[in-house]
This record gives sequence, structure tokens and C-alpha cells, in this order.
Amino acid sequence: MGLKTPLYDTHVRLGAKLVDFGGWDLPISYGSQIEEHHAVRRDAGMFDVSHMGVVDIDGARAGEFLRRLLANDVAKLRADGRALYSCMLREDGGILDDLIAYRRAENRYRLVVNGATRRRDLAWIGEHARAFGASVVEREELAIIAVQGPNARAKTATLLAPAAAQEVLSLAPFSAAQVDGWFVARTGYTGEDGFEVMLPATQAVSAFEALLRAGVAPAGLGARDTLRLEAGMNLYGSDMDERHHPLDSGLAWTVAFDPPGRDFIGRAALERLRREPAASFVGLVLEERGVLRAHQAVFDASAAADGPGDSATPLGEITSGTFSPTLNRAIALARLRAGAPVGRAGEGRVLVDIRGRRHLARVVAPPFVRRGQALVTL
Amino acid sequence: MSENPRDLLYTRSHEWIRRLADGRIEVGITHHAQGALGDLVFVEVPAEGRQLEPGEACAVVESVKAASDVYSPVGGRVAASNGELASRPELLNEDPYGAGWLFRVLPAAGAAAGAAAPDGQFMSAEDYDRFLAEQAH
Repeated sequence: MGLKTPLYDTHVRLGAKLVDFGGWDLPISYGSQIEEHHAVRRDAGMFDVSHMGVVDIDGARAGEFLRRLLANDVAKLRADGRALYSCMLREDGGILDDLIAYRRAENRYRLVVNGATRRRDLAWIGEHARAFGASVVEREELAIIAVQGPNARAKTATLLAPAAAQEVLSLAPFSAAQVDGWFVARTGYTGEDGFEVMLPATQAVSAFEALLRAGVAPAGLGARDTLRLEAGMNLYGSDMDERHHPLDSGLAWTVAFDPPGRDFIGRAALERLRREPAASFVGLVLEERGVLRAHQAVFDASAAADGPGDSATPLGEITSGTFSPTLNRAIALARLRAGAPVGRAGEGRVLVDIRGRRHLARVVAPPFVRRGQALVTL
Repeated sequence: MSENPRDLLYTRSHEWIRRLADGRIEVGITHHAQGALGDLVFVEVPAEGRQLEPGEACAVVESVKAASDVYSPVGGRVAASNGELASRPELLNEDPYGAGWLFRVLPAAGAAAGAAAPDGQFMSAEDYDRFLAEQAH
């Protein structure tokens, strides 16, 4: 038996199929994961993500500490409530985790980290916080419900008193507010609008049930994965890990090299790596029928028709792949070696080995889908 | 109550086997199998005329979550395969014992045509129910 979130009994009552996810018993779906996916793209769905870690970092030098700890720069958070996506790196540039940092107030921050890595993250953060005298407090008494979809914000607001509802509905993307004991952030992991709501675990069941009554569909990890992959968002442990760095994981945009004097952990390694040819991290759309999966090998397509390419050595491999319910096609993220001949995004072709047969796929720039709209032409 | 029709035979790899009046064997995957896989999105069935060995992996059913091989319970020639599944893989979820059939085999001469194999590798519905109950523990 794994760890249980405050909503475990609710999931069981709703007939969810539960799976082990990083040590937690979580719903993979409540019926059809494709219907749950469509509910999020077309209306509103919700995910219990209480397995994720909420870590508050406070102290006079908290901001200074996070500018050392994170590859992105919390100095960009110019107002309270603003949020930032960042990697947390080792000295060698390897990615320990990806997270969202919120500025709750001046020198009061909140990090939301992955569930599977939270123990290791806590140890790492605590160790480095000491030199800055910053306090590191895991908020285990909080649950997190992600409500996502075009109607997610409006439906969530029905749970709140009028003033609080008005405040959260006026939030800009990637910002958060604290209302009536809830921390409501306009963030997510689906490519749709919506909120991630952090609330006392004691209120999680009543909030989840109220959202059900408001017409929000419960959705599981299965739909969460197809949604995030359509949105071109990386999954820690699949698309990147400590053996990879942001520059070969499609996350160069999250590394703040400016200002040059900011000495974040991993900077020296990344400064070296950025001068070398980098692996390319690309999106793939399968042109044929079938499903792309993690670890399938990717080959040069020009080698197929007696072309000049090398048909024996893979260009790289798929890091995560799935069937896209929105596009009705298989899609994937793939890491290809530096200089791989894949042509321009949207035009290049590669071959993917699926159970011993090679299938044609097109190279595209993620995301594949955003805000309900397909971004790749089929 | 069991979802598994009483008039079919079952394998440990979760195929069902229906003996047709003309001696052919119809094969599909069980209600349990489709439920474990989740929403099916891709099905590959064997080409008609293909010769199959007993136990040969000859079809692939793939859900959003995972791909799974389907094994031919008997040796013989593929007499028909369900082409409808190419455009409507969800038939496997909706009607696994009917519209979701995968392929039909004309058993090779000498194969245990339609009967339970001599080594008892096929199960009755009652035995398959018990098998599933044991696996759940």
C-alpha cells in the first residue's frame, strides 16, 4: 500500500482505478481517460495533485537564496503573487527537479515540487538554505487540486465568497492570490487555462465534492499525461533527470544567464555546455498509424530509400510518447544527438522503430495543442 | 457477476475463443483485458491468408497506456480479420465479445480444432473467472 492523499477515499468512492505513482496511490482514471482529456480541453476537469510537495522558503535572505538555488531568476518576480517555472540543478548541470516558484510576499516564497522527488528536494534545499539562514518548511497539511479547462476558473470561483471570487478571476496568468485560507494560482500542467488550488487538507474533500457539483469532471494521471504532452510540457523522470541538463531538454528558455554575475548552482557547468553543440529536443507527430512510446529509437529518414543517411545508428530516442486524443495521432518528445539531420521543424522527417518496424514521423516544435487548438497541421 | 460469456473458451493471456459453426475459430480479448488496457487507440490485426503457429503473437492492441500482443490460440490460416477496428478501435472497449472480435482462424489439419487443447491450456468461463479472482490477490 502506498501513500494516500486526503482525497483517497473520494477517488475510491468515485470508482477510480488507482495506480502507484512515485509511492503514492493515485487515480489513473475514473473510467475513460480519453473522455477525461476531452473534458479538460472542452470544459473543466480536476486532478488531485496533493502528492506534490509545497515548500515555503522564508527569511531576510530568502530571495538571495533562491537566486543561488534555481536556474531561473526569482528576481524576475517583481510583484507578490507572481510565479516562475525553473529547474533546480546539481553543480554539474544535471536536473534535480523542475518546479514552480511563487513569491508570496517580499522574501517569502513558495516552491511546488514533484511528488516523486520531494524527499530528495527537501534535503537538497535544506542543506543549501543554511548558509542564507532561510527557513524551509514543507506544508504537508496542504492538499492541491488542479482545476483545468476553458470553464475551470468560472466553476472554481463558484466555491468562493464574492470578494474572493472576484479577486481570483482577475488574476493574470502565472500569478496567485491568497483568499480565505486558500492559495489559488492561475497555473497548470495541461495547456489550458485554470487554477491550481492549495488548500488545507481538511477542506480537500468538501472542495472536491463542491467542484463535482459545479460540473468539474474528475480526471486522473492518464489524462494528465496526454494533456501535458500535447501542451509540450516535460515530465521529470521521463523527459529530463539528473543525467540531463536544461540545454538538452528543451528548457534553455528557463535558464536565466542574465545577469552574468548571478552564481546559481550549475551555472559554471551550463556555461561550458552552452558553447558545445547541443542535443536537439523536438516534437514528433507520427504520420502513420500506431503509438509512439518512451525509449523507441529514432533514425534518419533519408537513409530509408537508399539515401545517404545512416540507417543503423539511431539519432536518438523518444523520451515520452502517447496517443493524442485531440489530434487523433501519436505524438512524442524526443532527444536527438547534436547535429542530427532532421531539417526544419514542421518539415523534417525521421523514422521511429515501433516493435521492429520503422514508421515515418514528422519533426515539429512543441506544443502540439494549446487552449483547445491544434498547433500542428496534420 | 461475470461478464465472460459461458459459451467461450479462455486463455491465460486473456484471449477468448469462439468456435464457429463452419469450424473456424474466432479470437478476441476479454472484458478484463480491455479494462486493464484502458481506452484502445490502435489495433493491428493479421492479414488474411497468413499462416499462424499455435501461440504466435499475431495482433497488437494498443491503448493510450500500453501496447499488448495478442496470441493465436491455435495454428492455422487467417480466414478473416476485423478491418473495422482500424478506424474504430474503441469497439474493443465497447463490445469485446462481439463487434470487437479480432481475427478468425481456419485451424490447420490435426490442430485441436475448436476443442480444448490436450494439455488443457484453455479455460472454461468458470475457470477463467476463478483465474481472474486468483490474479487479483
